[in-house]
Order: sequence, then structure tokens, then C-alpha cells
Amino acid sequence: MSKHLIELINVSKDYEGDAALQNVDLYIRDGEFLTLLGPSGCGKTTMLRIIAGFVLPTSGKVLMDGEDLSGVPPYKRRVNTVFQKYALFPHLNVFDNIAFGLKIKQVPKSEIERRVNSMLEMVNLKGYDKRWVDQLSGGQQQRVAIARALVNEPEVLLLDEPLGALDLQLRKEMQVELKRMQQSLGITFVYVTHDQEEALTMSDTIAVMRGGVIQQIGTPQDIYNEPKNAFVADFIGESNILPGIMKDDFKVEFNGREYECVDKGFGKNEPVEVVVRPEDVDIVDPYNAHFEGEVKSILFMGVHYEIRVESGGFVWTIHSTDPVMPGGKVGIQILPDAIHIMKKPPEDVSGESE
Amino acid sequence: MKRTLFSYPYILWMALFILAPMLFIVYHAFFENGRWTMEYIKAAFEDAVYFKVLLRSIMLAFEGTLLCLLLGYPTAYMLSTMKKSTAALLSVFFILPMWMNFLLRTYAWQVLLGSSGIISRILSFFGFSDVLLLHTEGAVLLGTVYNFLPFMILPIYTVLIKLDKSHIEAANDLGADGITTFFKVVFPLSMPGVISGITMVFIPAITTFAISRLLGGGKYRLYGDLIEQKIVSDGDLGLGSVLSLILLVLVLISIVIMQKAEKTAGSEGGTLW
Repeated sequence: MSKHLIELINVSKDYEGDAALQNVDLYIRDGEFLTLLGPSGCGKTTMLRIIAGFVLPTSGKVLMDGEDLSGVPPYKRRVNTVFQKYALFPHLNVFDNIAFGLKIKQVPKSEIERRVNSMLEMVNLKGYDKRWVDQLSGGQQQRVAIARALVNEPEVLLLDEPLGALDLQLRKEMQVELKRMQQSLGITFVYVTHDQEEALTMSDTIAVMRGGVIQQIGTPQDIYNEPKNAFVADFIGESNILPGIMKDDFKVEFNGREYECVDKGFGKNEPVEVVVRPEDVDIVDPYNAHFEGEVKSILFMGVHYEIRVESGGFVWTIHSTDPVMPGGKVGIQILPDAIHIMKKPPEDVSGESE
Repeated sequence: MKRTLFSYPYILWMALFILAPMLFIVYHAFFENGRWTMEYIKAAFEDAVYFKVLLRSIMLAFEGTLLCLLLGYPTAYMLSTMKKSTAALLSVFFILPMWMNFLLRTYAWQVLLGSSGIISRILSFFGFSDVLLLHTEGAVLLGTVYNFLPFMILPIYTVLIKLDKSHIEAANDLGADGITTFFKVVFPLSMPGVISGITMVFIPAITTFAISRLLGGGKYRLYGDLIEQKIVSDGDLGLGSVLSLILLVLVLISIVIMQKAEKTAGSEGGTLW
């Protein structure tokens, strides 16, 4: 688990002057499920394609098992890709699509048959071997694409937003199935997505990216609970982000009031960003409240209500299982461990120049 | 107003200039002076010369189509890998000759290949004098390939540029090098273009005339020439019509074969026309 299977060292990629990746350092451990997460244009797909070999980095290098992959073409790399739009071969049936890689490696016929059939079973497509790919549903095509890659027993499976085209329920099912496959096969997965929920459910490690720079790497829990900056906090789940001033250790002022918090080590009176998760904002009776606010709107979301409360010019987003009356006054309490303090980024345009 | 109304002029045109002449041919093939006759059919099948000429036409069309494919596919492939602007410029060079009349182009070759033409002169400069270029079977083949090559290149090119690049990446990803990827993925996926190219070359090539007369010097008569001769020179409308029908049936058969092939080649890609 601890071996570094793939290492990216100071990798940059420019597309005609536009930087898609900037000095990225990253290692991927053997057998882990790593997710590259970020909005579109953040460089996550470029990173995946650099590992696959379809894109050559402008500078820096990629190591696999300590070996430099610079001169190694995609067809010689021990990685396989599940493409965003599957890229199944329309002139081949399901069996031949899955067998494609094995036939090229001139695996004996009987073994091809055995391995393809066991793959078909694994992705629940037994009996579909003679179908043409255009006769399959999106979810079935997705499974064929996964089988076609996995049958080659790659050391690393690269997945480029593989579930993007599926409906919600199918996506949830496939998330569970992919995770199960990854665990039972023990193959390293590098997974690209912009869906934070997907990333949180499936990954061992998440790398949050923005503007070609990795913002934070960590376990899903780390990233959710201790976001490094306001961008990560906002991208992973919803957040209330306000400007604040760190009065002293464990003391922060925002929205015209001083709060106790659990952070320290900032300068005295240092301007900071304060992040509070919507589910960490408590609605209490006004007697115990830090402040009162007016309920602007309430939206039923299924498990919880999304409530917007205005106070002192700031509109708080609050997730609560109990409904409140729109237009009414409510008391709000924010406990110390609900408050996350972030350093202000130098000139808050983007996190690119860090 | 019903929209089908717009198609009436076209239908009228088709009826007047395609359907009517067809019926005219069928009539002349089977009737003489209003009476049913099998004379012309018999004549067309009894004389071995007609059969020989038909065979020669088919052979020439085959050779011409094959050469067009061998020349056209690599050309289309190269065009498809170029930058769009370069490819557009280059394809103008292929299309440009098509703006010129077919006969004019063929006359031009007659001059080029003639005994005092530039090619002969260059050859004799290098010591190959008296090489006969014009009035050879090769000249007829050259004329056919030259005239129909663009019809091979364009449909293949159209399919190749529409080819989803992710299929090529997928093949590379699965361990296929450039050559393997071409034969296992690119070529099979471009089959619709190849088939429509073959159709667009083979059918005009099998029915062609004039090329053989101008470049072959009348020595390599083709079926098209034969029909022209029967009807125009000999005034034998009956036999000419029968020969036309035989050719028509041949063309229809090859179209059916091509369409079958196109269906099995899969739904991916598209055709130019």
C-alpha cells in the first residue's frame, strides 16, 4: 500500500501558452483509489492523459515503479483507460471489444475466451458477448468499457469521468460496483471527476485541483473537515464563507461579532477567511443564540431543509432537519469546532500563483 | 400548401428525362415496328465479341477502381492528418480538375501522351525513344483513374476526418501500435467511405466511353463505346438498346452488392453523397 507506483515530478503542461498544469508533484500509492477532483478546466483530465501517455508534459516527468515514462508510448504503458465517452469500437461486438487488447498481445485463444467471459461475468453482462455496442444502453456500454480495460490486468486503471453520462441511480450503483472491483482486484485506480460527492464516497485519496495546481491532497475526511483554503471548502460541499479577523489565538471576529474557535497560530488581527459548513450552523431558540436572523427562504431537499437566514448583511446557508417559518426570526448559534479559519489567499483572484 | 407540391417539378423532370428514355430503351429492345421480337437479345448473346467487350469493360473498371483505391486511400489519409487549412487548400487541387469538362481533361491527356507530347519527349531525352504511350491499354486505364480519382478520395476523406480520435487513443491504450491501430481500427471504421468511393468510381468506370476512344485509339473498345457505335454510327437502335439494358442490369447488381457491403460495414461514419 505504501509503495509509490506512479510519481509525477514537477509536471507542467502548456497548450499554446495556456498553462493546463503548473509544476505538479504527486505520487500515487500502489492499490489506492485516487481521485483528481476539480471544476472543468482545472487540469485533471490533462493529468490523466499525461499518465496514459496521450499528452506529453511540457516539462517534468512521470515515473512508474521508479522508471521514467518519458519515451514510452501509450501502447507500451502498463495502464489502461476508461474513456469519458467509452470509445468502444463500433465495428466490433462486445466480446471482440473486450478481447481487443488480449488479441494484440497474442494471448492464446482459449485464454482470451476464459478471461473475457470472466470479465463479462464481473460486470454483469453475461450473455451479451455477441451484441453490437450500439445495441447497448449507456450503463451497459460503460461496463463494457470497464471490462475492456480491466481484462488486460493493468497496474493502474485510469478513469476519465466514467459515470458522467449516466443517470443518478445508475451512477450510484456504478460507484459502488467500481469501488468493489477496485478492492477485489487490488488495482490502483486514478479517477477523474468534477462530482465532489462521487469523490468523497469512492476515494482513498482526493487531490483537489484548480487552475492546473493541486490545492489539497488528503483523505476524503481530511478534505471535507479540514479544507486548506476557501476554494476547497466551497468546492467540497457547501460553505458559508465570510471575511474575518483573527483577534488572537482561539478568537475570531466576523460579521460584527467575536467568536470562540479552535484555531491558533495566526498573526494578531490577521485578516482571514472563515468557513462554516451549512450543517454546522445551529438554529436555536433566541435565548441561547449568538445572533438573530430573518428567514429568507426555506427549501425542502429530501433529507434536510436548506434554509437561508439573513443577519447583518450576510445570508447564511443552513441545513437543518427541522423546518422554520419563512419571514420569521430565528436564533443562530455557531460552536467553536464549526468554525474553520483559512489564510487569505494573496490577492483573491484564484489559487493559481501559489 | 402541401410540401409535396415542391417535388412535382422534380418528379416531372425524372419522368421526362429518366423514366421515359428507359421505357424507350426497353421498347426498342423488345419491339420492332410494334411487334414483339427476341432477335436483338439473341444477337447480343450470340456474338462473342459483345461478351469480350463486356468482359474488358468489367476488367478495366476493376483495375481502375483498385488503382483509385490504392492511390486514393493514402491521399485521403494524409489529408485527414493535416491541419484543416492545409487540407482544404490541397483538396482544392483535387477538386479543381473536376470543374473542367470531362472531355477536355481527356483531350489534354491525349496531347500529353501523344508521340510529340511532353512525356514522350522527356523519355526520349533519356534514351527511351519510340515508347508508345497513347493508344495503349495503359493510357485508357490512366484516363479512367485520372478522371475518377477524386470520387474515391473525397468520401474516404470525409469519413476519416469524422473519425472519433478517441477510438484511436483507445486502441493505443489497449496496446496497439500505429500500424496495428490502422488495420484494426482506422481502416475498418473508414469502410463506409471506401465502399461509397468504390461505388462512385466503379459505376462510372464500367459505363464509360470516350476515354477509350480518345486515349485507346479505338483499339480497346469498351461496352459504352459499343453502345454508342450501335446506336449512333450503325443506327441499330434495337441492338444498342439491348446492350444498354445488359449494362444497366450489371450496374444495378453492383449497386445492390455495394449496399449490402455498406450495411455490414456498420453504421459508424457516413457517406459523402
